[in-house]
Amino acid sequence: MKIAVCVKRVPDTESRIRIGAGGAGIDEAGVKFILNPYDEYAVEEALQRREKAGAGEVIVVALGPDAAQETIRVALAMGADRGVLLKADAIPPDGLAVAKALAAELRDGGYDLVLFGKLAVDDYNHQVGVMVAELLGLPCISSVAKLAIEGGAVTAEREIEGGIEVSACALPAVLTCDKSLNTPRYPALKGIMAAKKKPIEVKPAQLGAVRLQVAALTPPAERKEGRIVGEGVAAVPELVRLLRTEAKVL
Amino acid sequence: MAPRFTGVDFYGIDGLLSEEERAVRDTVRDWVEEKLLPVINEAYLEGHFPKQLIPQMAELGFFGANLPEEYGCAGLNNVAYGLIMQELERGDSGVRSFASVQGALVMYPIYAFGSEEQRKRYLPKLASGELIGCFGLTEPDFGSNPGGMITTARETSAGWLLNGAKMWITNGSTADVAIVWAKTGAVDDPRSIRGFIVPTDTKGFTAKDQKGKLSLRASDTSELVLQNVEVPKDALLPKSGGLKSPLSCLTQARYGIAWGGVGAAMACYHEALAYAKQRVMFGKPLAGFQLQQARLAEMLSGITQAQLLVLQLGRLKDQGTMTPQQVSLAKRNNVDLACECAREARRLLGANGILIEYSAMRHMANMESVYTYEGTHDMHTLILGEDITGIAAFE
Repeated sequence: MKIAVCVKRVPDTESRIRIGAGGAGIDEAGVKFILNPYDEYAVEEALQRREKAGAGEVIVVALGPDAAQETIRVALAMGADRGVLLKADAIPPDGLAVAKALAAELRDGGYDLVLFGKLAVDDYNHQVGVMVAELLGLPCISSVAKLAIEGGAVTAEREIEGGIEVSACALPAVLTCDKSLNTPRYPALKGIMAAKKKPIEVKPAQLGAVRLQVAALTPPAERKEGRIVGEGVAAVPELVRLLRTEAKVL
Repeated sequence: MAPRFTGVDFYGIDGLLSEEERAVRDTVRDWVEEKLLPVINEAYLEGHFPKQLIPQMAELGFFGANLPEEYGCAGLNNVAYGLIMQELERGDSGVRSFASVQGALVMYPIYAFGSEEQRKRYLPKLASGELIGCFGLTEPDFGSNPGGMITTARETSAGWLLNGAKMWITNGSTADVAIVWAKTGAVDDPRSIRGFIVPTDTKGFTAKDQKGKLSLRASDTSELVLQNVEVPKDALLPKSGGLKSPLSCLTQARYGIAWGGVGAAMACYHEALAYAKQRVMFGKPLAGFQLQQARLAEMLSGITQAQLLVLQLGRLKDQGTMTPQQVSLAKRNNVDLACECAREARRLLGANGILIEYSAMRHMANMESVYTYEGTHDMHTLILGEDITGIAAFE
């Protein structure tokens, strides 16, 4: 099975994020960048599929600046076979522009399966995976929480509000991965050393027209300080009253 | 509780590390956060090594990581190896000690002094955790003066006959193989010291857990007794000869300990800083009081110095120019720093600082052992003194 995993370089969610000088982007100084956590599930799933089949190839595709090679190498250290960097000075905020570049790369690749994380933690757009499927004319199941592939038939479970939805399609297909799908492995030390020797092909990204820009970024409002309404049983009526009339959660 | 650890890097030292070095560090850091820290308190209180972690540590490549790939090891450079030790000790010194012993004191001597046959037979199994090793040098009456050892190895027609006792042996009761150092000649001749690979199920070999430890509680520390232990001729490490052989192993282990000191110090600083920001007293956070700021500033200064010190030491080791005296300076400095940071963090945390749910006192107790083992702080002072003046004060 030939599997493509599309990954994104994103700021570490543990980093302290400051808004940059233009007010529409972040200040990257001192920020650590990581492999998008949802993409880790996609990489892990691809590796498990390859291991189970005992054959196949896992190709990691990223769009972004040169520094995204480091992100690709994390996936190579986990065990992927080779990487492709679609080079762009920056990752445009327009998901369709990115999807067009990825689709152009994937179209003639002969992939049985194309995996994405269900979203990137920097923009929360949930867009690129499903757009790529549409551009390639392939079936797409998003937010896959459980997956079975028998022969060429895909059965996937999605966690939806109040229940589980089971979807089915045929390969080739595009799937976007949710976090209950698997437990991503750590890049082992031997894997990190081996990743240095694995090839990464770098080519210019054929981005689509960028028709969307981020106008402004603002930090979330500071949380108001909590209030202690009293202690023990005596405080309960007042607490209930406030939850009802002030917080309006009851 | 403190937020997730993201490192202490006041001087942009990350920029001096290669991508692989950072990747190795991040793997170990994440593993410590997710797998080690959730189980360490229970292991520490119950006084045992968390053995369930051994297969994961082996699979990720933590054992003998700076030895070559052809023996099943990761083939890392010495800076990456040091970063592993730093991060493990950020979790717990007992777990770092386990990895240090397996890698630097068991795998290293087999690699450095063993025959090709011994390397091939033991190293892959030690790397994969299939075999656990220990290192028997120190004796009940010979700690800082290992050359005085009275354990003997006598050549027989079939092999070697070992007699003696070893003390303070990390992994002693857990080990499948012991690297035992013994005198093959006269008891007053340290040049006759040779190393032997002794399977711990050999008749006459016993290991007894040392009870009552108030430090390194998540580590197995044992006494070994060798009573007419017969091993074949090929148990001898052929290239070992004289006291300098085991001492060169200690240089390897001490190198890792110097990095470990940074890890323990960072753990304490991280915890103290988070606590100081969040704990309110007299109407403002502890972090707003000058006395606590002085504590934090001292810790950060010490950590930054220690980080630069071990990084340069690692670069020297990779160039092949590192001296044992340079390792002494780093071990002495960084472990002392970790002792101070742990104690100051414990104090900053007030009464909470004595609880197991905070790590400061566990590190504080651990570091007292680390201060004393692998060459006491005082011995390293004298090693430096001798190097500076040309006069040995301990002979």
